[in-house]
Amino acid sequence: MKFAEGISKQYGVMKMRSVSVIGVGLSKFGERWDASFRQLVAEAGIMALQDAKIDGSTIEAVYGGCMASGRFIGQEHVGALIADQLGLNPIPSTRLEAACASGSVAFRNGYLAIASGMHDVVAVGGMEKMTEVSVEDAATALGGAGDQEWELFIGATFPALYALIARKHMQEYGTTEEQMAAVAVKNHDNGSKNPFAQYQNKITIEMAMNSSMIASPLKLFDCSPITDGAAVTILCETSKAKKLVEQPIEIIASGQASDTLALAERKSLTELNATKVAAKIAFDQAKLRPKDIQMAEVHDCFTIAEILAIEDLGFFPKGKGGKATEEGKTNLNSEISVNTSGGLKACGHPVGATGIKQVVEAVWQLRGQAGERQVKNVEHALTQNVGGSGATAVVHIFKKA
Amino acid sequence: MVKKMRDALPLVWREIPERYNLIGSICENCKKEFFPQRVICPNCRRKGHLVPKKMPDEGKIYSFTEVHAAAKGFENETPYMLAIIELTNGVRILSHIVDSPGEKINFGIPVKAVFRKIFSDGDEGIIAYGFKFKIID
Repeated sequence: MKFAEGISKQYGVMKMRSVSVIGVGLSKFGERWDASFRQLVAEAGIMALQDAKIDGSTIEAVYGGCMASGRFIGQEHVGALIADQLGLNPIPSTRLEAACASGSVAFRNGYLAIASGMHDVVAVGGMEKMTEVSVEDAATALGGAGDQEWELFIGATFPALYALIARKHMQEYGTTEEQMAAVAVKNHDNGSKNPFAQYQNKITIEMAMNSSMIASPLKLFDCSPITDGAAVTILCETSKAKKLVEQPIEIIASGQASDTLALAERKSLTELNATKVAAKIAFDQAKLRPKDIQMAEVHDCFTIAEILAIEDLGFFPKGKGGKATEEGKTNLNSEISVNTSGGLKACGHPVGATGIKQVVEAVWQLRGQAGERQVKNVEHALTQNVGGSGATAVVHIFKKA
Repeated sequence: MVKKMRDALPLVWREIPERYNLIGSICENCKKEFFPQRVICPNCRRKGHLVPKKMPDEGKIYSFTEVHAAAKGFENETPYMLAIIELTNGVRILSHIVDSPGEKINFGIPVKAVFRKIFSDGDEGIIAYGFKFKIID
């Protein structure tokens, strides 16, 4: 944690400006055969601009998170594409890539651009169009989030990598397959209350346990789906934000950390050190503790990943995440409401969009606009987004400005 | 046969000492060993000096999974067993477990490296070779 401590010390002396979210937008998530990549971006972008009650001419820069548009739709240079399609030329537009954490990395860069004083208003989007290639080709593209030469080369799919984590977690802490299934059941319950979610159906432990084996012990219902979707946020310096909208949502912390690309080289398989470091940085910056958080959107690309996340973020002790989930402690309006949007499992996982979708959900929850899935009295919301099998992790914390 | 992304010859056939001879590296400064090879020691950085080192070819199963939904190009091998092996020097490697009865595969079971085909790109395509592991009888 030497690195995290170094960063935390700097918060005392740094003169960063406060940054808030003033507008959010989402496309419907799912198999969007009716819409192209650029239409999805426009769908979310227009909603975010209307929400922020600003005109495109107010925006000074664009950041976009996208993992693999080249592999999915043959299109690179999507930074330019989104500025063009949203009518924002000639302002600078930059694409950022960190596998499934692309969205959060873009968000952090938008935040830094305003915090530093470079810009006052920026748009940050995340997007992915994944269903235009076969499931096999999509899986191969996603495999690039791991170590191509030493994982994908020998046939290690992403479910296989997380299965190795799950198996070790089961051995070390007694986590069960039923506890992992409980993550999926809870997230489908939440997804059933989210009109933007890919899957709005409820499932049972039995359904999850009886679904087909993907990479033992992970079954189909332990895995997040392949999804098309886009999400956009508008960020603004906080004092200006207060003049523009009724309730800006302040970004009170941003932490990011890295780890080995290949899973086998990690010191431990049962924690994501990048999450722990990013969380320490974020909690130190916000001067908060895990118990101060009421709702969290965490990276449940596989059910075991949510269990790791709620442990590594400090919501539950190491090894107790599965049991806590089984006991309902992460349900809506329980000890801590986790993945109220339905998470990656039920809301869907358009990889580049996921990190931004997490922010959109956090903003809705803080504003009290989350409808049927509204958590009572949300003071602080947290998002945690992971790239690959844990080589990148990003944590943000929010409150009402 | 499925056309794979790895149809570029150099990716498969350039000199890869790790893949054919299980050669990793050791830092002469901190004595830590790495697999695959690294250019810079993450512990010592510029103070470190990495040289090639043959890894032990025996170890124990650290974690394992039976893959039912295959990666592209591995469809004919489904289901296949992947494992993280902890070698006797403590270095961990991701590999296949082959020629071993499924019911014997478990945590801590001793395994040794064997040389095998990793995949082939159709009847006339390139063949990739490398190490896999099998249970020691």
